[in-house]
Amino acid sequence: MKKNLVPLVVLAALAVFPLVVADNYYRHLMILFLMWVVIGSAWNLIAGYTGQVSFGDAAFFGSGAYAAGLLSHHLQISAWWGLALGGFVAVAVGLPFGWICFRMRGAYFALATLALNEVLRHGAAIAEGFTGGMVGILIMPSFVSKVPYYYVALGMAVASMISIQWIVRAKPGYYFVSIREDQDAAESLGINTHFYKMLSLAIAAFWTGVAGSLYMNYMGFIDPDVVFSLHDISIMAILVGIVGGVGTVYGPMVGAFVMVTVQELFRSGFFGLLAFLGKATGSGAIEAIAKTITGAHVLGFGILVVVVILVLPNGIVGDWPKIRNAVFRTKTAA
Amino acid sequence: MAFFQVEKLVKYFGGLAAVNGVSFQVEKGEILGLIGPNGSGKTTTFNMISAYHRPTSGRVIFKGQEIHRLPTHKICKLGIGRTFQVVKPLGRMSVLDNVIAAAYSRVNSHAEAHDLALETIRFCGMASVKDQLAKALPIAGRKRLEIARAMATKPELLLLDETAAGLNPTELIEAIDLIKKIRENGTTIVIIEHIMHVIMTISDRIHAINFGQTIAEGTPQEVASNKAVIEAYLGTDYA
Repeated sequence: MKKNLVPLVVLAALAVFPLVVADNYYRHLMILFLMWVVIGSAWNLIAGYTGQVSFGDAAFFGSGAYAAGLLSHHLQISAWWGLALGGFVAVAVGLPFGWICFRMRGAYFALATLALNEVLRHGAAIAEGFTGGMVGILIMPSFVSKVPYYYVALGMAVASMISIQWIVRAKPGYYFVSIREDQDAAESLGINTHFYKMLSLAIAAFWTGVAGSLYMNYMGFIDPDVVFSLHDISIMAILVGIVGGVGTVYGPMVGAFVMVTVQELFRSGFFGLLAFLGKATGSGAIEAIAKTITGAHVLGFGILVVVVILVLPNGIVGDWPKIRNAVFRTKTAA
Repeated sequence: MAFFQVEKLVKYFGGLAAVNGVSFQVEKGEILGLIGPNGSGKTTTFNMISAYHRPTSGRVIFKGQEIHRLPTHKICKLGIGRTFQVVKPLGRMSVLDNVIAAAYSRVNSHAEAHDLALETIRFCGMASVKDQLAKALPIAGRKRLEIARAMATKPELLLLDETAAGLNPTELIEAIDLIKKIRENGTTIVIIEHIMHVIMTISDRIHAINFGQTIAEGTPQEVASNKAVIEAYLGTDYA
């Protein structure tokens, strides 16, 4: 019971969040956070548990987003249907890709996922008649309020985490980790490694696609550079996984929270603090920094990743005992 | 019809014939020792049986069924388990989880897999280390884990690839005891081994190969006194 206490408290806090916080800005951030929990959990399944590092999560995210967007654009059906369909479209993209590319191991597979990402991005930009090309797709949001989106995102985050945890604790989970640890040994234990890698990819692609569909519904606008973005989606997914802790249950959640916060810190110039300081002190230098820092979130990511890999190679959740010890020790010393 | 047989197995790596026409048979319940100097093609033979390599030509027949075109995981399911000479522990999993992963090849529920794994771990004498990470085990433990994992797939035929190499004398006696126990359990064994004491003690028959070809076969005494075998191991001066 005590083991489940923390997750339940977090869940309860998340459930009442939009009732307590009326500020749309923070609601927006929390929706992004929940979306990244879904994507991060999916990436963690294929890369963290199964050991098949994917640089191309945006391929699945974009497929899901475009599935929802095109459905609404061409057939005038509510883009919400895409929420169901988007996941399956992403799986339809992922399975043939996996069937071919899982013949490759390690870095070669990772490079192939990168290629898939780029192929789809260019494909979506070139096929103007179908996708609208670089003009993108604009749909009318269903709700003015952010609250419905928030609860859809929360439901998705919970469903993705529970479903992935359920799988990881059963037979496929043992098989995924065995494949990560040694593919040849796994084969000798009767594990059809090709099949189980495909299964892992399909589940990851499904949830990433669903997250993409939610993005389409929520933002109301997508274009190829946004949803098939290498650094905003694919790399961000990897960072969420690594910062939180690869192959851990709650890693993606912690990672998503940290990464969305860091991204927003930079984007907003530390919530306007730098701009304020610049004005207050009249220092030109700080004002100049305030203007340029908003574009420097990528730099922030870079520094964060270096620090995390050096200090906490297993991520915040994976190295939690280490963090706890360090904090505890400094307290007793003081 | 033999329980298990390989027939004129040939494997070329480019122009090099690693195995060149090896044939042998194994009867149910027997222990066959496979010996030969380094690079004579023993492990390549095992790798062909368990389908890590496709034979260039030749056949592998298990209980009347040709199996040399099947993938590795199906061969395991048919009832052929193997260990690796260069041990392959699933490092960041506990010993128990290593064996559970193997047990899932025979059962589907977690409870059954857990029970089968525990039973196998006790059988192999690893109960005291079952919660350790596999990568934390010393070499003797890792070799034993290879056997435990293979046993959890409930093999009828077990291929042991140098499971005694690198063990100290005490560990060696334990390893021999374990192999004997596995045979008493009804499992047929083909064993590759360099340590003569081990192979002479436990084998019913020995098959010796050199340069990918059979040079002798017979009881341990026959093979030990065979001229070609002595020549292969010690050179022509001693033959």
